[in-house]
Parts: sequence; structure tokens; C-alpha cells
Amino acid sequence: MAEHATQDLLRFITCGSVDDGKSTLIGRLLHDADGLFDDVRKDINATNLAHITDGLQAEREQGITIDVAYRYFASSKRKFIIADVPGHEQYTRNMATGASTSDLAVILIDAQHGVQAQTRRHSFIVSLLGIRNVIVAINKLDLFGFDQARYKAIQQDYLQVAAQLEIPDIHFVPVSALHGDNIVNKSPNTPWFRGRTLLDYLERAHIDRSRNDKDFRFPVQWVNRPHADFRGYAGTIASGRIRKGDAIRVMPSGVISSIDSITTFDGELPQAEAGQAVTLTLNDKVDVSRGDMLVNTSSLAQMSDRLRARIVWLSPTPMNRDSDYLLKSTSQELRAWPEKIHHRIDVHTFAEQATDELQLNEIGLVDFGLHQPLVFDRYKKNRRTGAFILIDRMTNATVGAGLIEQPLATSPALAQRQAPEQAANNLHPQPPRISAAKRAEQKQQQPAVIWFTGLSGSGKSSIASALDELLTAHNKHSYLLDGDTMRQGLNRDLSFRESDRRENIRRIGEVAKLFSDAGLITLAAFISPFREDRQLVRELLPEGQFIEVFVDTPLEVCEQRDVKGLYAKARKGEIRQFTGISSPYEAPEKPDIHIRTEEMSVEDAARVVFEYLLNQVPFKKQ
Amino acid sequence: MLTHLQRLEAEAIHIFREVMAEFQKPVLLYSVGKDSSVLLHLARKAFAPGPVPFPLLHIDTGWKFREMIAFRDRMAAEHQLQLIVHTNETGRQNKVSPFSMDQATYTDIMKTQALRQALSQHQFDAAFGGARRDEEMSRAKERIYSFRDKNQRWDPRNQRPELWNLYNGHIHKGESIRVFPLSNWTELDIWQYIAQEQIAIPELYFVKPRPIVKRGQTLIMQDDDRMVLEEGEKVTEMKVRFRTLGCYPLTGAIESDADSLDKIIEELKATRRSERSDRLIDKDAQASMEKKKTEGYF
Repeated sequence: MAEHATQDLLRFITCGSVDDGKSTLIGRLLHDADGLFDDVRKDINATNLAHITDGLQAEREQGITIDVAYRYFASSKRKFIIADVPGHEQYTRNMATGASTSDLAVILIDAQHGVQAQTRRHSFIVSLLGIRNVIVAINKLDLFGFDQARYKAIQQDYLQVAAQLEIPDIHFVPVSALHGDNIVNKSPNTPWFRGRTLLDYLERAHIDRSRNDKDFRFPVQWVNRPHADFRGYAGTIASGRIRKGDAIRVMPSGVISSIDSITTFDGELPQAEAGQAVTLTLNDKVDVSRGDMLVNTSSLAQMSDRLRARIVWLSPTPMNRDSDYLLKSTSQELRAWPEKIHHRIDVHTFAEQATDELQLNEIGLVDFGLHQPLVFDRYKKNRRTGAFILIDRMTNATVGAGLIEQPLATSPALAQRQAPEQAANNLHPQPPRISAAKRAEQKQQQPAVIWFTGLSGSGKSSIASALDELLTAHNKHSYLLDGDTMRQGLNRDLSFRESDRRENIRRIGEVAKLFSDAGLITLAAFISPFREDRQLVRELLPEGQFIEVFVDTPLEVCEQRDVKGLYAKARKGEIRQFTGISSPYEAPEKPDIHIRTEEMSVEDAARVVFEYLLNQVPFKKQ
Repeated sequence: MLTHLQRLEAEAIHIFREVMAEFQKPVLLYSVGKDSSVLLHLARKAFAPGPVPFPLLHIDTGWKFREMIAFRDRMAAEHQLQLIVHTNETGRQNKVSPFSMDQATYTDIMKTQALRQALSQHQFDAAFGGARRDEEMSRAKERIYSFRDKNQRWDPRNQRPELWNLYNGHIHKGESIRVFPLSNWTELDIWQYIAQEQIAIPELYFVKPRPIVKRGQTLIMQDDDRMVLEEGEKVTEMKVRFRTLGCYPLTGAIESDADSLDKIIEELKATRRSERSDRLIDKDAQASMEKKKTEGYF
């Protein structure tokens, strides 16, 4: 028992179709390597081995999605988890899923057909997902009397395919899954074959994890603070190793500290290595939270807010440049948008084809912009810290898998964030001779920014216009900024993609700030769907000058009104990223003024805001 | 190089922490059996030196082995766990019993409905369970995060692909997930881990002379006097143990010599019967696992 319990674990994927004898091969492995229970085994004989893996047939008929089925067996030397990818449809997506957790791939070739288009596809995905160990099982050789020439010919063909890919470790085995030749037991039918059996290769395969042995990577998953005397960072070591006392750097902050302890339930450890889930404490009181990564000081991870990645698209809704996604990598999650789709790759010919979007099951090379810097490594160097998934923000579905190729030149905004002091130090604004207060006094009013937010067609601009009129009638100096005007002028270089919409709001915020300095009452009417962006504008302005007005009209009502015909277009899919339809609207949680347009007229609404302004302390003073 | 048990342990701990970091109100579904015992042990490991940061929920049908209830309460006290026990009160008042009705209906009322009541009453958004993919063929495809809609239903067409160790925990308000940290464990792994870690489990797993009624091919233990004997039946003392634990009238015992963990592991390697063959509940032909799951049963 003790011997059994200290075995290691190998995860592998099997690639091939039922016609190639894949189910039979898995059945044979489970059967001969003793992974089956008697009540399952009793109905199994040489001719219906495939039934072992067919437990999912009924579900498939009911239309239940099966991307990967996992099988478990153990030999006397190793424990195994097989990722079995059923069916032809969704094949790329499913294979990528199965391969993502596998250390090795068994590629099955039917001796009757030799290397086929699907063999090329399997091998491409295996190589893409970073699997470096492949066993090619050439099946049904019994139909050719175990002819060595047939076997050699297929072997040569396959090596030509592999030469175009990155698969350094390849073994070939001539097998008959049906009769069990060279699966678990060496076959008397292939005296010319000097290699080992399939199971023997699986048992002895050496998975080289040395690629990133020196790169300690520890994504912080959870901060453990059971009491005031303990602050530990819980996570799984993604690569490398760590010893008590080792110096580490916290990314992205760049702060340096050292390991005080490696804590576990079973006590402290002197050291820990890749794959272990531990809790680290540091010798310094530094600010570390989920999403940060601890790395060794001698080999830092990459950090950038732009990157290039290979993408496997998993969703029936294509990926295009107008969309924004959530990107999750290690324990980091941030907004990402495709900046450029370079090409998609034909998985059969490996040819690159120009495209504007990625469809389900397509693989492409894409540049992304991120709303803040990501800490990562190249996927080729590190499968744990170089991988990400993309999440649709409306449906929450997992829509893409990403393998990072390289960081791209950082955007100017990040450069500024990274060194805000230097950036600010190089700028020397002329101190104004006339203060904002002086200008306000001259106009006999307190400047303010009245920010109207709400869905398209909710009545923001109408109310703002009415208020503008009302203020002017009372001798106040106001000015109305609205979406269409800004979009036609200052912001005409911006699209409606999320990142550009944020920039749109940022610029408007800056303009409103200048107007405020000039002493004006600025009326801003913008959908401004994201709380974070509105908060950003609030923070730009002196305390109390930002007044958020939520123009609350139910989506159905806006859609019914549809003054500009935009909802109809959005429903038809002609406008992408339309707030309320295909892009979220985050309603204010605590608006300064909440106007329910169904309950009052435009004039009344303007009056409500006007009264609010009059009641503000700064207004009363006058 | 890590052993297979170390890798499985680390994977489970990673899942526990990920859910804790991303969800508002997790709960651990504790059924007192061996898998639950391993699950609880892993939860304690994941958050050490702190306490387990979420409560345990036990769905008590009122028909569990008495020893299970005593064991449950002892564990909760020993490890200072917050334990929530929930019973479907309507079912109890209507005297719903595994002896008086077919198993599918009984299970639906006392387990499935009860679980749904408890989860919605407490507004849990993530529930850890001890299910494994090797338990039966149809579980081989299950995700580690299993999504449930607002009505706690499982939509088989709407589950998310799981790549690497990157789990997508985004849900809309009112939706929830079931999480299975033991997905990649086999029954043998569970026993080897219990032995390695010396995890406490109920005595029912070890062989002992017990009062047994043979009903059809199944050996049922008369755990209390609510079990009424049918004509021709008698209670005999037999040396038996249980491979899975549940409601005593629905759990078949096996004859065995295994009175230690080593012997259980030896027996497991030798007998090779899938554990569900002793669980009466799964033999009910009408209630396929998928159907039960779409309705909210684990």
C-alpha cells in the first residue's frame, strides 16, 4: 500500500476518432492495466472494449454538451488521468480544453488511412498547448499482417508533420487495440519492433518541468488573516521553488521582501516547489493582495498592459475588435479588448489567413489592450503564468483560451502610471493669476458639473436642455455638453468599443473640469455606463462639485421610444456594444438625484435638479 | 517530484481557495461519509492556520445511521465548525419514509427538495460537494464548477469549458455553483489519503457484528425500531461493513473481514465492484443521475 500511495501522476490526452479505434484503445488500457471494476468489466470482451468508454452515449443523444470525459486508472508504477475528447464537432475547442491539463498526448493513427488531415490538426493543437511528449500509436496493423514497411511509411509521414511543429519527444508504437498487441503486453506479432509497449512508455515518460525551474512564480490567491499576528498569502506555486529566507519581489508593485515562513496545515516547511499549495508569510509589512504575484528577484515576470497571444475561440459568438472581455490569468482579472487580429491559422495546413474576427473553433494571433498591467510569462516558458481565459461580460460565459506569445510596447497611459512622480515632475504648469474662486465670484455662482447618466433614449439631453434654459433664465452661466456634439468634435477619433468609451468619458471629464475652473455650471448628458468611469470624473473635481443625476427610464420604455432608431439596429445586430442590449449599464448605487422619468415631465425633472442646486450650501450663500 | 496524492491534495486546496476568494457565501455540503471527511480535511488544510471560513450543511433525512449523527456532532465540536442541519419539515410532518414509498419520491422530497430549501434559505452562492468523476460513467464529463440557475437547476447545455486551473466564477445575481474539489480522485485515492492523513471516519466503514436483515439481495442493518420486518424476515448478527453511507434503509452492507484501513484498501483492490452497486438509490431505473441532477440533487 505504501508503495502505491507514493506513485506519481501522469495526465494525458488521447487524440483520434472512434473510427481509428480510440475508444477501443482506452478500453484496452483500462481493461489490461486493471483499472476496471468487476461489475463494469463482466460484460467486456475483446470485441466490445469500446463500450467501456461509451457510458456517455445516452447523454450525447440528449444533447448534453460533453467537452472532455476523464478516465482514471493505475498500473503498478503510475496513476493516470486520461482526458478523452469525444466526437468530431467542437473538436478544436474540446481538444484545447483536454490538452490544457495534460502532460502528454497519445495520437492514434489508423494504419488503413495513415497520416490524415485530423492527425495534423491533433498534432497542431497538442503542440500549441505546450505538450512536448507525444506517443504515436499506429493502430489496426493486424489488418496488414503487422507489416513493418507499412509502419515505417506512416512513421516517416508523421515525422514530416512533426518537423513543422514543436514536439521534441516522440515515440511510435505499432498496436492493435482490438487484440491488445503492444498496449500493455509486448506482441509476438511484431518481432521487428525494438521499442516498448504503450503502457511502458506512459509509465516511464519523463515530463520535463525544468523549462522554468529557476523562475519562482507564486500568484497570490487569497490573503489569510485569522488574527492580528498572522498575515499569510495563500496560493499554489506555479513554477520554481522557494526556501525560507529567499528574497522575493512583489509584482506589479515591485516591492522587495523575503520569505519569513512557508506555512501549511502540517506545520512549516523549509522549502516548497511547483505544484504545492502553501501559505507564505513575509519578513516585511508590505501591501500584497489577491492578483499580486511573488517572484524571485533574479528572474522577474513580464508586465505589460498590451500583449500578443494565440487565441482558441470557444464561443458561437465570434470574437471581433468591437468587443471587450474579462481576462483571467493566474489570480488576476482585468478588462481586455482585441486591438488587432493578425490572422487565423488553418489547423490542417498550418497556413495563416487574414481575418477580422475569430469564429468558434478557430485559432488566431491577436494583440490585446488591457485596462491595467498584467503580470505574466510567455506560455512557451510557463504554462501556468502564460495562459488566460476570456469571459464574456454579459453572459459570463468562458469564450476564449489564450496563450501569451509576448508583451507589446506599453501604452503611454501605463508609462505614466508606473512613474507618476517623474511624469508629473516634468510638467510645470503656469500658476494661474486668477483663481477659480475669483472667476466663480465674478459670475455670481458656484461652479458645478451636473452629470446626467442613463440609457440611450432615457431623456438625459432633454432634461439637461430644459435645465440649461432654466439656469439661463435665472441669470446663471451654464453650458451643455452632450454625447453627439463631443463625438463629432473632440472625440471623433474614438469608437464605441468599451476602452474607447472609457476614454470618451475621461476626456469629457477633463473638459468639464476646465469649464468648472472657468466658473461655469456644466451640464453633461452621457450614457456613461460604467460606475468606475463616473467615479473617475467625480475624483477629478473639487469635493461637492460633481452632482450625479440618474435619469432612470426602464429599458423597455427607452426601446419603445427609440427616438434615434438605435435600439432597432442594435437588436438586429447592426450596432455592436450597445448599452442595455449587448453591453452592460451599471446604474448608480447612490445618485445625488434620482429621476424616474415615467413619473414626471421633462420640465418637472429640470425643476427638481434646479431646486437641488438652489438648496446646495454654496448656492444659498449668495 | 510530488506524489499523486500530493498533486490531488494541492488541486483541491487550490479550488477551495479560489472559491473563497471569488464568492460571497460558500458552504460545504457535509454528508458524514468518507468523501465528506476528506473534503473537510482539505478545507481545514486550505485555510490553516485560520479556521474553516464557511459553515457545513448537513441534509438530515431523519433516516441516517444513528452513528453518523453522533459522528457529525463530534466532528463539529472537535474542529469548532459552524454546522447547519436542515430537514424538510413538510416531509417529516407527512411521515415521508423510505419504507412507505418508492425511493425516487423519497429521495426527491427528503434530499433534493431539502437541499434546495436550505441553499435558498441561506442564500449560499457556492456549495462544495464531495462527488468524484470515477463514481460512475456519466460523471466522467462533469466540470469542477457546476453552474445552477436561479431555480438551482443544472443546465447541461450551458456549462463552461475548464482550461488549465483557471476557473470562471462569474455568476449573475441569484445564480450559484456547486463545486467538486475531489473530481479527479478515485475511490482508492480517497482511502489511501484517509490512511496517509489519519482522517477520522465513522466506524460503519469497518467490519463489526451488526443486526442485519436480508431483503432481496441486499443486507440492511436494522438501525432502529422503525424498520418493520416483513413476513419471513429475521434479524441476524452478521460481520458486515459499509462502503458508502446514507439512509440506513437504503444502504446495503457487505460481508467482509476488513477491520482496518489497510484491509479496506486490500479488499478494494481485490473485489473491484464499483461502489455504487451497493447504493440502492442508484438502482432505481426511472431516476437517472442526469434527471436527478437537473432537479438539484447532487
